[in-house]
Amino acid sequence: MAIKQLTVFLPNQKGSVVSVTDILSKNGINLRALSIAETQDFGILRLIVNDIEAAEALLKDDYLIKTVDVVGVKINDEPGKLTSALDVLDKANINVEYLYAFMARTEKHAYVVLRVEDNEEAESLLVNAGFKLITLADICKL
Amino acid sequence: MMENYYQKEIETMPVEEIKKLQSEKLVKQVKHVYENVSYYRNLMDEKGVKPEDINGIEDLHKLPFLTKADLRDAYPYGLLAKPLEDCVRIHSTSGTTGRRVVAFYTQNDVDLWEDCCARAVVAAGGTNKDVCQVAYGYGLFTGGFGLNGGSHKVGCLTLPMSSGNTERQVQFMMDLKATILCCTPSYAAYIGESLKEQGYKPEDIPLKAGIFGAEPWTEEMRKGIESTLGIKAYDIYGLTETTGPGVAFECSEQTGMHINEDHFYAEIIDPDTGEVLPEGEKGELVFTSLDKEAFPLLRYRTRDICVLSRKKCSCGRTLIKMAKPMGRTDDMLIIRGVNVFPSQIETVLLKEGYEPNYQIVVDRKNNNDTFDVLVEMTHERFTDKVSEVLAMEKALANAMKIMLGINPTVHLVAPKTIARSEGKAVRVVDKRKLI
Repeated sequence: MAIKQLTVFLPNQKGSVVSVTDILSKNGINLRALSIAETQDFGILRLIVNDIEAAEALLKDDYLIKTVDVVGVKINDEPGKLTSALDVLDKANINVEYLYAFMARTEKHAYVVLRVEDNEEAESLLVNAGFKLITLADICKL
Repeated sequence: MMENYYQKEIETMPVEEIKKLQSEKLVKQVKHVYENVSYYRNLMDEKGVKPEDINGIEDLHKLPFLTKADLRDAYPYGLLAKPLEDCVRIHSTSGTTGRRVVAFYTQNDVDLWEDCCARAVVAAGGTNKDVCQVAYGYGLFTGGFGLNGGSHKVGCLTLPMSSGNTERQVQFMMDLKATILCCTPSYAAYIGESLKEQGYKPEDIPLKAGIFGAEPWTEEMRKGIESTLGIKAYDIYGLTETTGPGVAFECSEQTGMHINEDHFYAEIIDPDTGEVLPEGEKGELVFTSLDKEAFPLLRYRTRDICVLSRKKCSCGRTLIKMAKPMGRTDDMLIIRGVNVFPSQIETVLLKEGYEPNYQIVVDRKNNNDTFDVLVEMTHERFTDKVSEVLAMEKALANAMKIMLGINPTVHLVAPKTIARSEGKAVRVVDKRKLI
């Protein structure tokens, strides 16, 4: 069920993000979601793309990359919905390492990408609490 | 001001007499070493030199050199020239695994070393009316014990503070009215800043002089320390291999350090050919211990680049002067007074499972050395979690601290981002502006 996230290690310097997005765009790869975590020294770029294998192949020689599984969850675009999803995990003592959210273009929904230790556990908790999970296919249809 | 000397006869001895004294001591010393140190005897035999060939200081150039590598090979007893029961003390170079040098001292060795330090204390204006605060580390490091001994010999009231605990340093300095401070120049600057922060003006501080060494420092730094503490700051030079601080010391003229050449004969050589260079030329400083008993190194190559001068000194001392060393012949760095070899960083990285791709960046901020190590992240270790990457940096810094004795700041960087010149990584970037 989990979504594949492409992670790229970047120096924290001017032009390092654009160098990656440039390669992807020139090769027709579409970014569905993006988040950056940065420290003084480095940045970690997290991408959800429409074609992960192609993106990996394009970047692997010049960048330090890693593909990890993340949980995608669909929530209604209204106040308190993200909080209630996170509450489910918090009550089960699941630590969310990081998350990022993005809006759907047409539907009245938002999508949240969650990085947790145990994807299956988090997914079943969310499903049992009435949340809908999303797959890469869902994202690509957006 | 009347110039005082600790051992006036030696310190102001005419050059010809000094040369005679050095020659007599050298002839005896070479016999002593040849008879008791098989390691050096082998080096002499290989070169075809016998003790009988050395009839005076003019024959010194015939003797083989000793290098840091010899000291490592001979660790721990290979260069010892006295039975252990005649030795009373061991000191060691700033702990660097696999490269440690241990030096042995008989009671006579300790005495002559303390005499050398006493000359430095007196040259800085020290008398038995002074309170001398020794804030060099006490222990295997030679700084604390060396200046402690010198201060005792002069009859100063000695405060054996050792390094660290700045709050207590300041309290003792003010309460017990310390008049001479001995420590590394960067620590002196730090103590000065602490005093300033606490609202003390230079005229409130009882200090009149400082004896600072064990790390490179600039004239600019000297002026800064002198104005913050309201003192005159004197340089001191030495190395564990020869004895410790006090091999050379500065007088009031502050134009170089007088070498205690009745104990340590200095040569300047071309580091590539080993040829002895005339006075005034720049080259590698080489020391021969003329009368140490337990650990008498002959023609030890310090790797310090330096110039010697016999110009007449206004202080009246006739001892030859050495300029502040201008650099090293090899890649060793001195950071916060500690010897750091890039190869040690490499060892840690390989041990911790990283590629040996790294860069050391040294700078000086607020008169303190900064020490940063850039390390390339590996595919195996890369993770999408920032917290884990930060933990890796911390673990690496800890491993380096254990190896080096000082704490670096480690920065994990993307592969291939460490600057390379002509395909070769630039391992060391030293931004400190010295001299």
